[in-house]
Amino acid sequence: MSGWARVPGYVSHRDGPEMPTVTVETELIREACEHARDQLGFDMCVDVVATDYLGWGGEGVSGYIGTSTGRDLMHPMTQGLQVLPELKPKRFSVSYHLLALRQGAPRARLQCWADEGEHVASVVSVWPTCDWHEREVYDLMGIVFDSHPNLERLLLPEDWEGHPLRKDYPIGGEPVRFSDAE
Amino acid sequence: MSATVPPPTTRRRWPVVADDQYDGSRIPSRIPTVLEMPPELRDTEDVLQVNFGPNHPSTHGVLRLIVDLHGEEVVGVSAVVGYLHTGFEKSMETKTYWKDVTFPERIDYVGYQNNELVFVLAVEQLLELETPTKAKWMRMLLCELNRIHSHLVFLGTSALELGAISMFWYCFRERETILDLFELVTGQRMHTRYFQIGGLAEDIPPGFFPECRKFVEWMPHALDDYKGILDRNEIWLERTKGIGILSARDAIALGQTGPILRASGVDWDLRRDQPYLHYDQVDFGVPVYPEGDVYARYRVRLDEMAESTNIVRQCLDKLERMEGMPWIADDRKVVLPPREELHTSMESLIHHFKIVTEGFRVPEGEIYVAVESPRGESGCYLVSDGGPKPWRVHFRAPSFVALEATATCLENTLIADLIAVVGSLDAVMGDTDR
Repeated sequence: MSGWARVPGYVSHRDGPEMPTVTVETELIREACEHARDQLGFDMCVDVVATDYLGWGGEGVSGYIGTSTGRDLMHPMTQGLQVLPELKPKRFSVSYHLLALRQGAPRARLQCWADEGEHVASVVSVWPTCDWHEREVYDLMGIVFDSHPNLERLLLPEDWEGHPLRKDYPIGGEPVRFSDAE
Repeated sequence: MSATVPPPTTRRRWPVVADDQYDGSRIPSRIPTVLEMPPELRDTEDVLQVNFGPNHPSTHGVLRLIVDLHGEEVVGVSAVVGYLHTGFEKSMETKTYWKDVTFPERIDYVGYQNNELVFVLAVEQLLELETPTKAKWMRMLLCELNRIHSHLVFLGTSALELGAISMFWYCFRERETILDLFELVTGQRMHTRYFQIGGLAEDIPPGFFPECRKFVEWMPHALDDYKGILDRNEIWLERTKGIGILSARDAIALGQTGPILRASGVDWDLRRDQPYLHYDQVDFGVPVYPEGDVYARYRVRLDEMAESTNIVRQCLDKLERMEGMPWIADDRKVVLPPREELHTSMESLIHHFKIVTEGFRVPEGEIYVAVESPRGESGCYLVSDGGPKPWRVHFRAPSFVALEATATCLENTLIADLIAVVGSLDAVMGDTDR
């Protein structure tokens, strides 16, 4: 869709099979969302999702299972990548899946990038539905949304330590006997 | 037949958004999902805070609501979720795609078939894998049966909560038939794992079509039964009409989809408007009701059951003529080889071994696929780094979003209406908490 270049903080635009991905600067994400809603007609935010790209494309990381020893569980099979994936600008991506319901319903993905500890502006004032979505992202991925009215853990207990969807969060698991790690 | 299939209230193309049911917005201004007690009540001793759930029988599973009551009036409410959080998304990152198919069904355990579909579709789109047409029709058929099943569970339980226990028995009578059909096809009553990446796990067994036909012929009569019990039932009407109103504008702002959105007068259905599978080749109506109350949500789901029955019938017409056609794609790098070949072909044995132990590689990319599940837009966001396990899987859960509307719907209601309103949002807690 044309008009993306006028989004505040516009960085890049990539067409995908199902919707275009528009990357914007992290500092300007709220302005970009307001622009998308008011000027481009994206009146519904369907989903907010964050992804942790820690170790993305690294050796032996694909299929990495965070056992206590940190080894690749499938070793010595050929779990490595055949092609190294495209490197990402920062550790976390935050994607907003948008839908312009009143305007023939095109979809778009607004995306911004954040390093560890970097805050992202909350867009609850733009789409009220982002309240729980942002809380979920904060809870499971540990990204702090500035000026969110009620940024607390949503799915996990309040006293939970860590953010489980991060790639460096250990998932435990039992040691397997007679494997090569023994 | 036509007597039981209601005329769709509108067949116009979107955007059709009804006039707002009330002026302005009722979404709480500070925190959109929390209805806060008015400050003038805060210091009085008239307000009683009631902890409702997480194990109350009428909260649909483990939903917890903290309700502030002023007499019988609900003056504050906040929903607490997460009691059923099981970390599906994290677990799926540690398994190969082939094994991951079992997870999404258990997320929304009532609309399981649709959840399975959305994950399988997402992987297929990243693989650019074309599925045989027979598999697409069968997927549609099972998804629509699943939609009827889900709406029956909604209707039975929400009527039960309002005191109509007979409704529950009637609904679960048909639900049992549907589960028997699932068992006939897949061997499982729920959580079938019948959709495989590339098509179906097995061919449709003989004997399914006549049984399914019987159900399709019977279902309109069953819907008549439901209407007979509820439609002129004074108590049911009193307790559902004008209760829990959500305007079209608020519903869109709160991201509502599916029956809740259509009951607020927005004519939007992914099956018709952004078709997947072969939904563009079947004829069905999209029921839309403009009132935005509990009754409208009930009517939308009731009418949808009739429409789904219609779709099942059309799928049957197609599938009965597809005897002997392939039900899964013929891509040996992704799809398990036929069982009988394992005894004769070394190549097949190797492929089988590799796919089961190591999995297949999915090209790098990110994708978001959405389908119309019984609860609304069920989406799957999938990131692959080119390896055999997903880098990130995320499910857009319609129940999760539906519960965000509790505070808005519960403005100016009584405690008794709270049960009706929460029931009408039809949230499945497995879907909400994932």
